Amino acid sequence: MAAEGTESVDMTGYIQHHLHHWQVKVGDSAFMTINVDTLIFTLLCAATFLFLFVFLARRATSGVPGKLQSIVEAVVLFVDGLVKETFHGKSKVIAPMSLTMFGMIFFMNFLDLLPIDLLPWAWASGHQIAGHDPAHAYLRIVPTADLNTPLGMALAVFLMTQYVGITQKGVGHFFGEFFTAPFHAEGPVGKILLSPANLLLRLIEECVRPVSLSLRLFGNMYAGELIFILIAVMTLGAGLAHMSTWFLGFGQIVAGFGWTAFHILIITLQAFIFMVLSIVYLSMAAESH
Amino acid sequence: MNPNLTLVIQGLAFFAVVWLVMKFGWPHIIAAIEERQNKIAEGLSAAEKARKDLADADARVADEIRKARVEAAAIIDKANQQATQIVDKARQDAVVEATKQKAIAAADIEAQAHKAREELRGKVVALAMAGAEKILKREIDANAHKALIDQLVTEI
Repeated sequence: MAAEGTESVDMTGYIQHHLHHWQVKVGDSAFMTINVDTLIFTLLCAATFLFLFVFLARRATSGVPGKLQSIVEAVVLFVDGLVKETFHGKSKVIAPMSLTMFGMIFFMNFLDLLPIDLLPWAWASGHQIAGHDPAHAYLRIVPTADLNTPLGMALAVFLMTQYVGITQKGVGHFFGEFFTAPFHAEGPVGKILLSPANLLLRLIEECVRPVSLSLRLFGNMYAGELIFILIAVMTLGAGLAHMSTWFLGFGQIVAGFGWTAFHILIITLQAFIFMVLSIVYLSMAAESH
Repeated sequence: MNPNLTLVIQGLAFFAVVWLVMKFGWPHIIAAIEERQNKIAEGLSAAEKARKDLADADARVADEIRKARVEAAAIIDKANQQATQIVDKARQDAVVEATKQKAIAAADIEAQAHKAREELRGKVVALAMAGAEKILKREIDANAHKALIDQLVTEI
């Protein structure tokens, strides 16, 4: 029993350690904390993304494109087609914004495919070499598995939605719709009667969108990461002398391969869904009800 | 797991990346793609035009060849005609020449015959004279009997 007890403590500690962010406090309240690991890996993803879609784009040739340029162009045309299909207003920002969402989320999700222990282990080893306690070397490398990233992006989309709504429809029309849509009424009495319901529905709608948008992405990535951690736990602290290690090790390889392969689909799909829903929200904001 | 200041930074970072892409990335890629599309469209239309030109040239060449053939046939016809004409003319000339030569030859023969006849006549006369002399045993005065002799000559 004692052995099991230490093992379960060990396992919980391992999981908790993996789910702990490298945080720096910048203020007194709990909100004034920064997840440094999220920011660093977001920056890396942004650098990769900007290298492809800004640095390479500036040198894009209209002649025969290279392989990398072909990929970049394929993605750009794909996003451009989607935006043109859905968003009928005129806005220069929607298409680049959709591309950024898709690209950034894809790259950030992609970090989930790196071996779950690789970078945290390297980070802890570095800590140890530097003479610090490796137990306090926290590192979570998937920015989208940190609620802050999806929520931050979803709020950006929310702000963008309001901006597009106001610029495409005008201030009066935009705020007027708060009270006149989705329930339309004939005559002033009906309009006044329905306006509270319209306002309430509109407010709920506007609040729910960023939440659903961010939680869908966060939930998928967090669950994905958790399952990778659980797969990693299968041989946690195992010795080669135990028979179970060989069975679990084999199971771990199969499960790790299967989940990674499946996850390739998920990370792309989630990036795509986030982008498409954002485009839909933006186009809904631009169109009159 | 609780939302904290990171979300504000992430949101702003997202806007920053969007701005960079919108300002420096997207237009370049779209411009390159559109330019290439134009180039391809131009290339295709040029190829189409070239194909049409080639077809036109082929048609023109065929036309030329046909014309040349007709002309050559005409020339050959004319040449044949001319050759026939020349041969005909040569034949006519030859016939004319032959007739002429025949006439000359005939005249010649006639002349020769005439001459021979004259000679013969002279000889016959001489013979007759000699015979007559012998018969008469005397010399006939040629001058006295010239008229008689001439008459005799014409009679022979």
